[in-house]
Order: sequence, then C-alpha cells, then structure tokens
Amino acid sequence: MKTSLPWWLRDFLLLSGFVAVLIGLSYGLEAIPIAGIAYYNRILVIMGINITLAVSLNIINGHAGQFSLGHAGFMAIGAYFSAYLTYYHFAPRLDKMPAGTGQFVMQNVYLVIAVLAGGLLAALAGYLVGLPSLRLRGDYLAIVTLGFGEIIRVLILNIDTIGAARGFSGIPHWSNFFWVFLVAGLTIVISWRLVQSSVGRAFLAVREDQIAAEAMGVDTTKYKVKAFVIGSFMAGVAGGLYAHYMMYLNPQMFMFVKSFEVVAMVVLGGLGSISGSVVAAVILTFLPEGLRSVKDYMPGGRDPRMVIYSIMLIVLMLTRPQGLFGRRELWQIFGRRKKTDVTPDAGDANGKVNGDAAPPIQ
Amino acid sequence: MANGNTLLDARDVTIRFGGLTAVSHFNLAIQPHELVGLIGPNGAGKTTVFNMLTGVYKPTEGEIFVGGVSTHEFKPYQITALGVARTFQNIRLFKELSVLDNVKIGGHIHYKYSTSAAVLKTNRFHDAEELADREAMELLQIFGLEARAGYYAKNLPYGDQRRLEIARALSARPKLLLLDEPAAGLNDRETRDLMQTIHDIRDRFNIAILVIEHNMELVMGICERIIVLSFGKTIAQGSAAEVRANPVVIEAYLGEPAEAAGL
Repeated sequence: MKTSLPWWLRDFLLLSGFVAVLIGLSYGLEAIPIAGIAYYNRILVIMGINITLAVSLNIINGHAGQFSLGHAGFMAIGAYFSAYLTYYHFAPRLDKMPAGTGQFVMQNVYLVIAVLAGGLLAALAGYLVGLPSLRLRGDYLAIVTLGFGEIIRVLILNIDTIGAARGFSGIPHWSNFFWVFLVAGLTIVISWRLVQSSVGRAFLAVREDQIAAEAMGVDTTKYKVKAFVIGSFMAGVAGGLYAHYMMYLNPQMFMFVKSFEVVAMVVLGGLGSISGSVVAAVILTFLPEGLRSVKDYMPGGRDPRMVIYSIMLIVLMLTRPQGLFGRRELWQIFGRRKKTDVTPDAGDANGKVNGDAAPPIQ
Repeated sequence: MANGNTLLDARDVTIRFGGLTAVSHFNLAIQPHELVGLIGPNGAGKTTVFNMLTGVYKPTEGEIFVGGVSTHEFKPYQITALGVARTFQNIRLFKELSVLDNVKIGGHIHYKYSTSAAVLKTNRFHDAEELADREAMELLQIFGLEARAGYYAKNLPYGDQRRLEIARALSARPKLLLLDEPAAGLNDRETRDLMQTIHDIRDRFNIAILVIEHNMELVMGICERIIVLSFGKTIAQGSAAEVRANPVVIEAYLGEPAEAAGL
C-alpha cells in the first residue's frame, strides 16, 4: 500500500501507535483484578516469545525452505550473551545510579543494548553455521543444524562464568509484556514485508526450485545465508527477552526439544504462512497450560497433559498435513469466496482461490 | 567465426562424467540476433551443452565465453547476469508462486534492492516493485497470460506453463535465450504458434536464441543455422537444407543404410 506520507514518517507513526497500544495494554493487564493474573500474564509473555521464535524460524524453514533444527541454539546464544552483559556489566552500573526516572530509562536502554547484542551474536552464529552447511539440502542440513544446537548447549554447559550446569541465576527482571510484544510485532511486520519484496521472492524461489532460481540470477547461497542470519537474529533477540523475563537460564532449557517445539509450531501453522506460525504459536503455548486442569479429573491425580498434547498434535497433522493454513495467510483463506478478482497484487492468494475455476489441463 | 560482437563462444568444450564423455570438442559461436538450432538423437548431449553454457556443469576441458568474458569460474546466477537466460526441458516453474511472481523472479537481477529497503518499504522499494509489476505484466501480455497473473503457476494448463517459462526467462532481459525443447508436449497448432512466438520475441527483444528441439518442423522452419550432435560429437552444421541433405545426419537419426550394414 503506497501512502502519500514519506516512508519514514509512515513507519514512525505506525510504530508510535503500536507502542502506545502496547503501553496501554501492559498497564491494563496488570490492573485487571483477577486472582492469578500474574500467571496469565506470564503465559502471555511466553506466548509472545514463542510467536517471535516461530515467525523467525518460518523465514528459514517456510520461506527459504531450509530445514533447520537449530533454533534453540540461536535462542540460547542470544539469551546467554545478553544475560552475561546485563549481569556483569549493566546491572552493576545501574545499581550505582540513584533510583528514579533516570535509572528506569537506563534500565531499558541497557536491556535494548543487551538484547540486540545477543541477537547480533546469534546472527553471527547463523552466518557461520549457514555458510558451510547450506551446501547441504533437506535431511542433511537438518542434522547439521541439530548438531549445532547441541554444540551450543554443551559449550554453555562448560562455561563457568555463565553458570555452566548450575544455570545462570540472578539475571535482572527487565523484560516484560511491552518489550516481548513489541519484538513479536516487529518480527511479524519485518517477516511480512520481506516476503512481499524481492528478498522474499528470492527466498521463495530458493524454496521452490533451487536450480531454476539460480538460472534466474538468484544467488541462492547468499539468500539462504541471509534467511539464516535474519532468522537467527530474531531468535537471539527472543532469547534475550526470555532470559530477562525468567531471571534464570539453564542449558536444559535449550535442548533440541525446544527446537522441535518451534518446528512443530511452524509446521502446524503451515510452512511459509506467517499468520499460521503466529496462530500455531498461540495454540501450542496455551494448549499445554489449558490441559493442566485435566489431572484434577484423573484417578490417582496422574497428569496426562503431555499425552493429550501429543495426541492432539498427531491428529492435527493427520487431518491437515499441510498445516493449518497451508502456505497461505489467514485473510487469504477467509477471502477465498471472492473468486473473480485476479489483480496482480492479489498475488498468491488467487492461485488457490481460483484453483477450482482454473481451466483443466488439456 | 568469432568476432568482437560474438555473444557466446564455446571453444573446444569437453565434459566427462567419470569415464563417459558426454560432449566432446564442442564448438559454437553465436552472433547477436541469430536463431540457432541444436538437434540430435536422444542422449546426444544437447541438454548437457545447455547446462555447461549456463554454468550448471563445469566443462572438463575447453572454455566458454559470454560477451568475451570467460565463464569458467562463474556460478549460474552470474552467467545469467551476463545476459544468458534459459528454459528447462522438464518445466521448472516456481509452482507454488503466482504467475506474476514467477516472472518477477525472472527479473530478479534488475529489480533487487537492499534488505533494509524491503523492511522499511522505502521509495526505492516502491519504485522497483512498480517497475517489476509493470514489466512483468507487459511480458505476460505478450504471451497472453495476463488474465492468469494471479494463478499459482502449477494451476496453469501445460501449454501456458511452457509459455510462462519463456516469459520468465525473458524477464531477465537476456541477450541470448536458451530454449530447451520448448515444443515438447505441445500439439501441432500450439507448436506453430510457438514458432511464431520465437520469431517474434527474437525481433522484439533483439536477442539471439539457441533452441534444442526434437520437432523438426520447428527447427527446420525457424533456425538459420543448425548444429547436429550425436553421442557428444558435432556431426554436422549448416542451414536447414544442408543439414537435411547430410548423409551423416540421416544415418545418426535413422541408423546405417541397409547396404552398408551388409543386409
């Protein structure tokens, strides 16, 4: 959509509006007088982090079609590096400041710096992993990225400065609803804008047919690495926010199971569908929480939560193997009744929309 | 033969896969605006030649020059940037993308901009996208596909998919277009239309075209020069009439004459 506003003013206004809404929401949520609101708030924050993780992995797995199983590794790098920075460098300085507005502002400035630094280090890791391993395809790449994630975890397990096997405790609680959802929102917008641009088209071309993409002048290696760098940066940022919300990190949190959890979100939502990743992240965050109460009805108080969770995942994938939304977005599915519209900017929406109207193959 | 204007110059190109010599001592010089045919029986090495010209395979010996530049160290996308675009024998469209996006990706080298411009939707982004949309629609119009711009490529009828491949390759604004069996699977009427199209785009875009084809009507009808490959060797070249009359070519296609085989 082209507006008459200059792009920087348009984006500035959009961002300000979003920030205002988030500030309002975060105060509003604290004020709701429900017992255990802190618990719901916490789930919301984890949901926001999961959205960021799923949408960023979707860039790598869904758009560029590079099956990565190392997302927990990138997240761990961001989490630990940002926690390291705040714990050893920023928090001591902040403590020396007089309490008040200045301290509050500096706390958030430090948070942003630490989290961005975590993201950048994760992006660097994404670059280093990407460059040599992107010669591999499919299963082989999955195994390399899986190995990478484990290497990161084992490395952390052996660095005493950041807690090693004891875990890293005492991280200040600087992250909150506002920052988590600001990042989630930005991740979604960036991902959406990318996929509509020449960069995103190049990602999709690599996914669809690498040989054809190369023949069309797309530097496939460059775009694969780019997808990895962008995706791992976002994962690193999500990790940083996670660290500053949980206040404690443990290498166990970043086992390959965490990577699989994110992959499940992306696949469940539909590989390549941004809104699918978001919806799946929401579902897969709330589902295990919502199932907690099931054990109250079970004889002997056994907890069948993860069993039900797994069965639901299996059923979902059996009934919709292409994921909730396939490769499409939420609004494209609800718009499917509008058949006749074949304007160019309706783009990929119309392929399937018109699929039934398309002439049969002669 | 080769002069300063030569678009493509393959000199003594040989490729071996293990012990098999797929193409041996292949020479080809293409001048601007030429329409050249490459024919030969199945397995003669025609597509292998294409794959070498476009950088998918590296020749074991010999060298290929595009616009005077040796492409030996070039990757396929760099050769595309030099002005060589191609279609594929077994259609390789971006199936799950729209027809329009297929063509826009074809013009990737001309429409790309930085990632930050994409994320911030700067003026650069809008200008490039508008240009890409306009030029892609123009190309689709030439091929009569504009009404289907929003379809998934996989939902197009077969003939349209073949045409879309050519449109996508033209979107890269090549100086030399390589068509790999563009008439495969088309009926007679579609083939005649295709002959006209190939002729038209050659003049309209002022490009040279090298076409691999089994359909003799098409090759003999439009190509000014024909090269015949058999078992990786160039066995004949010349005009359609010359090639048709060449006994070596007849032998390659129909087998040895009965008397020579001693029957």
